Amino acid sequence: MSGKRRLVVVGNGMAGARAVEEILTRGGGEQFAIAMFGDEPYGNYNRILLSHVLTGEQDPDEIVLNPIEWYAENGIMLHSGVRIVEIDRPGKAVFCDNALWLHYDQLVIATGSRPFMPPLEGLVGRDGRYKPGIFVFRTLDDCRHIAAAAQSSGRAAVIGGGLLGLEAARGVLGYSCEVHVIELGPYLMTQQLDAPAGAILKSTMEAMGVHVQLGKKSTAVLGEGRVEGLAFADGGTLPCDMVVIAAGIVPNRELGVRSGLTVERAIVVDDHMRSVDDPDIYVVGECAQHRGRVYGLVAPLWEQARVLADHITGRDTGAAYHGSKLGTKLKVMGVELASMGTVEAEASDEVVQFSEPRRGVYKKLIVREGRLTGAILLGDMSKAAFLTQAFERDLPLPEARRELLFDIAAPSGPSTFQDMADALQICNCNGVAKGDIGRSVRAGARTARAVMEATRAGLGCGSCKGMVGELVAWFCEGQVEEDPSVHYYVPGIPMPTPELVRSIRERSLRSVSRVFEVLTGGVEDATSKPGLASLLRTIWGRDYEDERDARFINERVHANIQKDGTFSVIPQIPGGVTTPAQLKRIAEVAERYRVPLVKITGGQRIDLLGVEKDNLPGLWTELGMPSGHAYGKSYRTCKSCVGTDFCRFGLGDSTRLAIQIEERFQGLESPGKMKLATAGCPRNCSEAMVKDLGAVAVEGGRWEIYVGGAAGAHVRKGDVLCVAESHDEVIRMMGRFIQYYRENARYLERSYSFVERIGIERLRAVLVEDREGIAAGLEQALEASISDYRDPWLEAGRPVTANQFATLLPKGASGEAARAR
Amino acid sequence: MPADLDTKHGGRRLSLGPLCQIPVGEGRGFEAGNERIAVFRPRCGGVYATQAHCPHRGGPLADGLLGGTTLVCPLHAWRFDLASGEVLTGGGRITTYRVVLTADGDMVIDLGIGSP
Ligand code: SRM
Ligand SMILES: Cc1cc2nc3c(=O)[nH]c(=O)nc-3n(C[C@H](O)[C@H](O)[C@H](O)COP(=O)(O)OP(=O)(O)OC[C@H]3O[C@@H](n4cnc5c(N)ncnc54)[C@H](O)[C@@H]3O)c2cc1C
Ligand code: SF4
Ligand code: FES
Repeated sequence: MSGKRRLVVVGNGMAGARAVEEILTRGGGEQFAIAMFGDEPYGNYNRILLSHVLTGEQDPDEIVLNPIEWYAENGIMLHSGVRIVEIDRPGKAVFCDNALWLHYDQLVIATGSRPFMPPLEGLVGRDGRYKPGIFVFRTLDDCRHIAAAAQSSGRAAVIGGGLLGLEAARGVLGYSCEVHVIELGPYLMTQQLDAPAGAILKSTMEAMGVHVQLGKKSTAVLGEGRVEGLAFADGGTLPCDMVVIAAGIVPNRELGVRSGLTVERAIVVDDHMRSVDDPDIYVVGECAQHRGRVYGLVAPLWEQARVLADHITGRDTGAAYHGSKLGTKLKVMGVELASMGTVEAEASDEVVQFSEPRRGVYKKLIVREGRLTGAILLGDMSKAAFLTQAFERDLPLPEARRELLFDIAAPSGPSTFQDMADALQICNCNGVAKGDIGRSVRAGARTARAVMEATRAGLGCGSCKGMVGELVAWFCEGQVEEDPSVHYYVPGIPMPTPELVRSIRERSLRSVSRVFEVLTGGVEDATSKPGLASLLRTIWGRDYEDERDARFINERVHANIQKDGTFSVIPQIPGGVTTPAQLKRIAEVAERYRVPLVKITGGQRIDLLGVEKDNLPGLWTELGMPSGHAYGKSYRTCKSCVGTDFCRFGLGDSTRLAIQIEERFQGLESPGKMKLATAGCPRNCSEAMVKDLGAVAVEGGRWEIYVGGAAGAHVRKGDVLCVAESHDEVIRMMGRFIQYYRENARYLERSYSFVERIGIERLRAVLVEDREGIAAGLEQALEASISDYRDPWLEAGRPVTANQFATLLPKGASGEAARAR
Repeated sequence: MPADLDTKHGGRRLSLGPLCQIPVGEGRGFEAGNERIAVFRPRCGGVYATQAHCPHRGGPLADGLLGGTTLVCPLHAWRFDLASGEVLTGGGRITTYRVVLTADGDMVIDLGIGSP
């Protein structure tokens, strides 16, 4: 490493790591030996997505930006979990809390900020620490602590009704914990909203179940050993067992103060992001104060990091930061809110406003000299992309102002792309500008995915993915390529489904381990195993060599795993039709096994939840009903309405049809879940038009067959595949579709994506008109799978693997082993 | 019967009984001493033991999927390397234990030498 300058970075958060990335892309790896210190025990992660981690929408690993390996791969010495306590400027060294010290030639301070703790009485316990039950929301560890506490709390208070407080409240709510947001100001999010918007947001949050208390000043934390409540200035109190404090942030500026740098609200920097006192010390992120401003959002950090990198590497010693315009989005599930620029208008400003409180919609634009200087969009984001551009780029606005609020005549895509400045930020999570996407395309990327991987655009909250895709297509000028991996059946084997099927057939690969042996040289990919198991069963039927380790736990024990490691049991109730005798039996078994929760499901059957693995075989046996397959990637169920038997509108016997369908397709494994329904008339009471497959009776004894419908995470009305004349024909056509889907979809690709990808015209041509001459083959293959069907719950008496249903084997469990053999 | 086989180096060794209690490619939960542990038998060979519960939200690791020596938690798919205990999805480590096989195919776990 001799000859290289020593660059030390203090703070391994979003700004510090980004600055280093920018330095590396400018060839900084050649100039510097880099060491980074971060007092969190991780690599760098996307702090803004912590809210999603708290709600469980994302896993911690999904928000990692720079995994530990990244540092090693780029020759960076990472000291994670190590805190810098002192900078010795004359000696040019940093000191760590573990007695290590390191010399630097140049230093970057990127220590970010920490939560502001309001001066509450009783916040701190006798031992000088925050009382048990007090939480802040800044780091991954904070997130874990909040989640753990919320699970067992009855009521939580969140102090602070700003962006962070609301995101925290929404997260806590998800753990079935009552939440009160305590806000000092007169309305929520006073920084980003005006009073009317704040009021609408309040009702939206309340509708979600969050209690909001405004104009309340918290004065004390109640409770001796731990949090028992909050007391307010107005004399009131709120009993609660946890308090999340989200009352603002304070920059971590102490290192600057102690080493004699100029520090006001944060460490003061010049336009090159250099401390004004020391040319070898740069400061970036929330701990930097530039032209009197300290930023608390990520977008400015990206600009700062670029300037810093240009300057420190000598790539552009004139590079200068001029400050940022601020826009932000609230990432609360179920609330759409964007705010940018000024919130309150001045007398001479033009204000364009629309408000529909009942639907939770509010839009306000502040226009100054024909340019957008501020906007609030609540409850309807349809114009957000356009307005963000107009705001950031100072674009002239259309004369008809209502076009700014509503999609009357949408500004056409391509011409707007043309007009967009290269510096316009497309991905706000990862700070990727239009120009970066263009560069990536010019460097050879031809798919949206390749561009996303190269630039990280779209890999944060994902809300800009659509725009990234369109931009890539635009930059490629028609040369855009399809991303091959979107067609891989499973991620671990680079083959689209039809090719993989061919390979498996040609080489007679009958077990998952053989597939890996032959196709990947024996490298097993855990997450690809269940998909392969499903496909092999589809291809080989009874000649498939079943290896149980390839199955996900649900399909090893034929029940759905729950959050506490217990399982749920859903017996088959075809068509939703049951009998008093059956209900009695279920009730008795539920009592005997002390089933903690018995619930009617959305799929028209009964769920017994919270069953220990060891009790599954006994419970099934005593139920004496077949499995409802509610745990598998397989045919699930066919819902039905009452149909002709009792309903005065019924045109077709939907119940009988549903039962016939279930008898035929029960348990068939498939790339994704298949949920079906039949409806006795187009009133569609059983929601057949939004199922993977649905049959809706129409006048004349006929049935419309819908495919690719969805009403889960994704909502889509199905497409009509054909109109069938009889129950037999419904079942035949559904069967063709099912088999085609089984042979051609990617693993986990639900019918709603599959149908869209293939296109309904093509499906009709292949399945209804049989233009490729494969219909008979599909029917035959399906028939084979159907005749191989065995109720998996019969394994109750005959376990297939050793200790298949054992949760815990006792010490030295030789007896158990003997039994299992 | 748990058998304290060896106490030198301050470690504690317990017999977990025959290897055939665990099917190839899967894991099972065991009670050893006062600890709950998960023991795995990957297809690539070897026997590995870890703490029983996932550091994320307590998922039962023994019910996870194995690919080589990578273990995937059944609840939210955190990934771990069985050999080192490393959390592959985010950093940190889970506790691992050494398991040796006796001549008659019994697994003996060493509770003393776990990685931190
Ligand atoms: C039990 C039930 C909720 C209830 O109490 O009613 C349920 C429970 C679960 N649903 Fe569901 N869904 C249930 C009906 C539905 C329905 C309604 C329906 O089937 O008519 C839908 C909308 C239709 C659909 O499938 O899209 C539905 C859409 C989902 C989705 C979203 C899928 C999507 O791609 O849009 C998931 C998540 C997934 O599959 O990744 C999901 C996942 C789950 C899982 C399996 C989550 C999991 O992986 O553990 C839940 C299992 C709990 C358990 O262990 O029992 N569940 N889920 C319903 C069982 C129906 C049944 O008898 O089989
Ligand atoms: C829950 C949450 C949601 C957010 N949502 C948004 C959003 O939607 N949009 C948005 O724009 N912004 C959002 N933010 C703000 C955004 O995350 C911050 O602006 C950004 O992370 C600041 O980056 P930074 O590098 O300056 O600080 P950080 O990311 O905090 O990094 C600083 C790092 O330095 C470490 N450190 C501090 N002192 C030392 C020391 N002495 N020695 C070693 N290491 C040290 C810290 O532990 C930390 O890891 C959100 C923040 C949170 C907490
Ligand atoms: S869909 Fe038609 S037949 Fe079915 S219950 Fe409703 S009205 Fe009756
Ligand atoms: S409990 Fe293991 S990944 Fe969540």
